[in-house]
Amino acid sequence: MIEWSVITDSLPQYASGLWLTAQLTVLSLAAGLMIAIPLSVMRISRKRLVAGPVWVFTYFFRGTPMLVQLLLIYYGLGQFEWVQAQWQAGNTFWLIFREPYGCALVTFTLNTCAYTTEILAGALRTTPHGEIEAAQACGMSRFTMLRRILIPGALRRALPAYSNEAIFMLHGTAIASTVTLMDLTGAARNAYSQHFAPFEAFIFAGLLYLTLTFALVGLFRLAERRYLAHLQPRKAIKGHTA
Amino acid sequence: MTQLTVEDLHKSYGDHEVLKGVSLSAEAGDVISIIGSSGSGKSTFLRCINFLEQPDAGRIHVAGEEIRLVRGGDGHLKVADAKQLQRLRTRLAMVFQHFNLWAHMTVIENVMEAPVHVLGLRKAEARERAEAYLDKVGIARFRDAYPAHMSGGQQQRVAIARALAMEPAVLLFDEPTSALDPELVGEVLKVMRALAEEGRTMVVVTHEMGFAREVSSQVMFLHQGLAEEVGAPADVFDNPRSERLRQFLSGSLK
Repeated sequence: MIEWSVITDSLPQYASGLWLTAQLTVLSLAAGLMIAIPLSVMRISRKRLVAGPVWVFTYFFRGTPMLVQLLLIYYGLGQFEWVQAQWQAGNTFWLIFREPYGCALVTFTLNTCAYTTEILAGALRTTPHGEIEAAQACGMSRFTMLRRILIPGALRRALPAYSNEAIFMLHGTAIASTVTLMDLTGAARNAYSQHFAPFEAFIFAGLLYLTLTFALVGLFRLAERRYLAHLQPRKAIKGHTA
Repeated sequence: MTQLTVEDLHKSYGDHEVLKGVSLSAEAGDVISIIGSSGSGKSTFLRCINFLEQPDAGRIHVAGEEIRLVRGGDGHLKVADAKQLQRLRTRLAMVFQHFNLWAHMTVIENVMEAPVHVLGLRKAEARERAEAYLDKVGIARFRDAYPAHMSGGQQQRVAIARALAMEPAVLLFDEPTSALDPELVGEVLKVMRALAEEGRTMVVVTHEMGFAREVSSQVMFLHQGLAEEVGAPADVFDNPRSERLRQFLSGSLK
């Protein structure tokens, strides 16, 4: 029999957990994407000195579990006396790493940034060569070509793959609860330990994750309809007679 | 006024010498057709003019200004000043065999793109210009369509409008009808004919012998990397001097 009180008693914690999960997801996706755009351009450079460091970065963050990355940053950085000295000195940048929230946000951002960089680099590489030649032939500079032709085209082609990455990221934020954060999973663990009712506590969290996932999928479907209109089957063109 | 001169252009791919010194000079209003069998180097020649391919030797003047070149450390010719090349490329608009429209932009966006972001026109001005040229190529009603939703002939006409919107000194056409279904060739040739009649300077690589004969002021027959015959269309088509041109014409005019 379902013990409803497990859920109703903990509703406020679930609500604030949901908010934290949404926050971590949206902020890390937004920051990750912003950083991934220049990195993906560097990643496809023919110059090894430019592409190499990005390759190392994406291979490290895609090659190790995000949980390990989070623990490294959360527990690891504080080991360095130099970092501790920065904390003592009140250095705003390093203070981010004293809080679990800052550690989680930085880890998630770097992780999604690594995946997004590779998705975008792949999309940049599949730019039709003719589009590049057309841009060159009309006198575009490299920068204008990147800004107007390559990146807008690549972002659009990357959208379906990126929507998967966004959903993985939403689910990935669950590990924030391992560094004391009260996200949705943290709230569920709390409810469970208070009532010893795992089924109720976690199924409700699962339903809330499902709701967030559907909201995210819906957003991406809207974005695809808008930004991938050029790949969709043709609609009748007004006045089209030919 | 001379809009374009090309002097003694050479180009090799490895050991294979594709262009063995080809020259061309276009006065304002000239329509020069370049014909020849595939592999004769005619597309490579055209693509060398705006440096989509790097020529190995030769000189190119666009609207009276020479494209400055230097010899790089590897012995290959390079553009000395990328900014100068970009500026002169705006004077040489190109129409490609496969149209090469920017897929994520609508028709009007394709035509407005370079005038706004390369020439620095204000949006309203570029839109007016784009609409005028789309109208000229008969495609104004598709202004908000995406290229993938149009036929090849329509896409090529948009590409021509895109080239015209740069208001260039010379229009370069690289086999503009070769990728089209036979029944769509006519609509593109009609537009090109109208442009020639307006007095635009054009260099056209083509397999359309009817167009070359009726529209051009000059025809160049390329064979194995050399301009085997150059002259008025009547001379080249009706009195071919070389055996190779005779063979080529008998093959193409059937």
